[in-house]
Amino acid sequence: MAIAEIQGQSTEDVRPPVRLFRNLNAKIASIPMIMTAVFVFIGCTVWTIVHSFTKSRLLPKLDFVGLDQYERLWGTRRWLVSIENLAIYGICSLVLSLVIGFTLAALLDRKIRFENTFRTILLYPFALSFIVTGLVWQWILNPDFGIQSVVRGWGWESFTFDPLYNPDIVIFGILIAGIWQGSGFIMVVMLAGLRGIDEEIWKAARVDGIPTWKTYIFVVIPMMRPVFVTALVLITSGIVKVYDLVVAQTSGGPGIASEVPAKYVYDKMFQAQNLGQGFAASTMMLLSVVIILIPWAYLEFGGKKRG
Amino acid sequence: MKTIRTLFAATTALCAATAVSATELEVTHWWTSGGEAAAVAEFAKAFNATGHTWKDGAIAGSGGVARPIIISRILGGDPMHATQLNHGRQAEELVEAGLMLDLTDVAEAEGWRDIVHPTSLLDSCTVDGKIYCVPVNIHSWQWMWLSHKAFADAGVDVPSNWDEFVAAAPALEAAGKIPLAMGQQPWQSSGAFGVLTVAIAGPDAWLEVNANKNAEVAAGPEYAKVFQAAAAARAMAANSNVQDWNQATNLVITGQAGGQIMGDWAQGEFQVAGQVAGVDYTCLPGLGVNEVISTGGDAFYFPKNDDPEITKAQKELASLMLSKEVQVAFNLKKGSLPVRGDIDLSAANDCMKKGLDILAKGNILPDGNQVLSADTTGQIEDLMVEFWNDPSITAEDAQARYAEIIASAD
Amino acid sequence: MADTTAQNGSEPWGPKPRKRFSRKNIMLYGTLLMVSIYYALPLYVMIVTSLKGMPEIRMGNVFGPPMEITFEPWVKAWAEACTGINCDGLSRGFWNSVRILVPSVILSIAVASVNGYALANWKFKGADVFFTILILGAFIPYQVMIYPIVILLRELGLYGGLWGLVLVHTIFGMPILTLLFRNYFTAMPEELFKAARVDGAGFWGIYFRIMLPMSLPIFVVAMILQVTGIWNDFLFGVIYTKPDLYPMTVQLNNIVNSVQGVKEYNVNMAATLLTGLVPLVIYFASGKLFVRGIAAGAVKG
Repeated sequence: MAIAEIQGQSTEDVRPPVRLFRNLNAKIASIPMIMTAVFVFIGCTVWTIVHSFTKSRLLPKLDFVGLDQYERLWGTRRWLVSIENLAIYGICSLVLSLVIGFTLAALLDRKIRFENTFRTILLYPFALSFIVTGLVWQWILNPDFGIQSVVRGWGWESFTFDPLYNPDIVIFGILIAGIWQGSGFIMVVMLAGLRGIDEEIWKAARVDGIPTWKTYIFVVIPMMRPVFVTALVLITSGIVKVYDLVVAQTSGGPGIASEVPAKYVYDKMFQAQNLGQGFAASTMMLLSVVIILIPWAYLEFGGKKRG
Repeated sequence: MKTIRTLFAATTALCAATAVSATELEVTHWWTSGGEAAAVAEFAKAFNATGHTWKDGAIAGSGGVARPIIISRILGGDPMHATQLNHGRQAEELVEAGLMLDLTDVAEAEGWRDIVHPTSLLDSCTVDGKIYCVPVNIHSWQWMWLSHKAFADAGVDVPSNWDEFVAAAPALEAAGKIPLAMGQQPWQSSGAFGVLTVAIAGPDAWLEVNANKNAEVAAGPEYAKVFQAAAAARAMAANSNVQDWNQATNLVITGQAGGQIMGDWAQGEFQVAGQVAGVDYTCLPGLGVNEVISTGGDAFYFPKNDDPEITKAQKELASLMLSKEVQVAFNLKKGSLPVRGDIDLSAANDCMKKGLDILAKGNILPDGNQVLSADTTGQIEDLMVEFWNDPSITAEDAQARYAEIIASAD
Repeated sequence: MADTTAQNGSEPWGPKPRKRFSRKNIMLYGTLLMVSIYYALPLYVMIVTSLKGMPEIRMGNVFGPPMEITFEPWVKAWAEACTGINCDGLSRGFWNSVRILVPSVILSIAVASVNGYALANWKFKGADVFFTILILGAFIPYQVMIYPIVILLRELGLYGGLWGLVLVHTIFGMPILTLLFRNYFTAMPEELFKAARVDGAGFWGIYFRIMLPMSLPIFVVAMILQVTGIWNDFLFGVIYTKPDLYPMTVQLNNIVNSVQGVKEYNVNMAATLLTGLVPLVIYFASGKLFVRGIAAGAVKG
């Protein structure tokens, strides 16, 4: 670090006129990022895609079979169920996390008492791993010990709440746990964003007689664009990778009703010892992410400076 | 350091031929529950007694967790010194890639072919005539466990075979019992189906489909009966809302459920609960129809290592695992059957003795893992777990999809 | 919310509300209280369960307080639970986890903050392309990367050691952290940066003297993310190291995931809480820092 500082000072004296060297320090500082992007993310992705065209089993091998793995993938019911589940889980989780996260942040931002306590309660689940989250919620949602039995104990005998044992709604049982674990952190990110909003804006809004909710929607939220982008990336990257939670809560059951793509990838790669199939599935996941994200990422990060 | 050690070894070699410099072997396995860990401790104890050190690398969670670790370590060029795997085809590719230690010289010197019983276990370890692993135990899937209390409460006799069990199911239901306890994990669904197949279609049909991959038999009338039976069993298990196999076993122990189709490892649960075979529960091998033992279980593999001393210690460990004393001590703790026919297991309980008896008669079948690739096993598991949990899938549909998997199996 | 509208939102930035029991406040605190119950319930269940004996767990419901409090599950989880033949519980992996955590958190945050700073204030040609790739990298399931990274580490000669694992954590933490820092630095008043430039400060000068002191809140957020992620990591810890260095989560996994034998839910819960203790403490401790950090850093002067 000390050396770095000295370097910084030396360039400041030199002030090279040539454009190429102007950001030399920034370029040097970005080397880890560039290496990671190129060697790890691109390199490993290419490696994965190449191997998805092979019939690698236990060990990666370059034994090409064309599109066989992809044909099998799209002919597998479990994969189709996984995709559908991910879509449902993804949309609900995205909307709910953003809405809940923002609403809670807005509530906490109203200069309330016990803000620390509330914030801590909302945030602590994020300290726990998905495995733990899944385990605890599996318990609470268990019809024989959990909420259902308690409510029935109060005298409401016909009360039924067993999301983890009903194939039609099991994915929502997982959603309950997922939101519980992750929304607190989104709330904190939003809160950080809200605190960054200039107080003058609120004063101006109040002078103009604009209702609070309108100020939030039309003034504050647009100003918090980068915060929302961060939240969006945090949430969606978590959604695509959802795996541990499902394993801990339902192991994909009942039947295959709560399977998700990342679990398919993992099970095929390691349980079924069919690396090729797992790589094909992950390539499809990546492809869909790229199709959705590239245009957006280009606009968001590739464009000029945002307003 | 090394020269000193060699020198030291050379001088002491004169004194005692067996005394070698102590080597530390790192052993990976997924035996982490109480009984399992106690069984591993027997290995460790015996190995440490030879002057070497057993370095334990236990990881819970079976193949799905352990396999990436094992493969990564081998790919990373820094493998563990010994690792547990199931009998069967899991390590085929590792052996073919030349990553595993050839144990043929030890096996020949000690005559493994004569002492390992059934010899099919050794065949699973053999690739191109060379032996690459040590089978250590036999676990059979072919059992059904019945609760005496449940049947007494329902006022019917404890069944002695599957048909009687099916006949008793309505009475159990009327008494508020779950006839058949089933966990919801894929391997359990698939395993129970396998046991039903052996009982209903017979061992020959099972072999034809699983070993010879005959899709016609899989689509044929014998298997149709199996799928019908499985559909009926599905209805009987509809109310068993549990995940893990031992939670299902617990339903049987407490008399909430009539029975469970599960491998011999379930026995440990009954023992822990203080139940006595024949008094509190009954075990039916092969569902009381076709009494066989399937020879699944565990084996140890030894990744290749450049250090000759480690290689030597690996071979010592391999031979130790098969020795009489270690086999007895290990299997009694593990609740599994030994892989040698020539040892006395008088301490075994009734159900274990039943198993030993069947084994001695030679009524054995290979385990699914020995004949099917992990990939095919996975596909069957996916199908079975869906079938067992979704009553809208008819037996015919499931059979058609099953036959398709068998047709493309390798 | 409709109620808030009627009140015209005149309160938020004024002095503390006088009318404590206004309808608005009841709604506000009522909502927060309800939500807090939903969030706090699982922790309550975990604590209560960890203090019960096994017979009581089999009988009672999960929400009931323990009839007879026992600390045995905690003792067992910390010092007695077995991992294979080593029966020394979670204590075995605790220091390993610390050894992994500290360098990983420091390195990953250091690298990502500099990245974010370079991207926000010193844009160079092509920087955005790499950044976009990095963000896309956040969406790749970890499992897919396991084998190629093994090969990568082997080539670097880092496989099996602590620094290999630190590198892996740094790499996988980079996308999200870089994004966080980049957004934070972008949102900082540009005049500040420009003034420093005019004063002749260079890349590192501005970073250490101006940006760093102003970015405590985002460092806290980054630290929360990393501590949680790295402390709770099981997969990387177990794949890229050897048993000498296995983190605490390996023991947790072994306690919680043992498929055979009777499940001791109370020990599971105690082990879970013990394992979660470090991130939990950091959360509780950093809560205040977080607010103070924001007050110091994010509100424009």
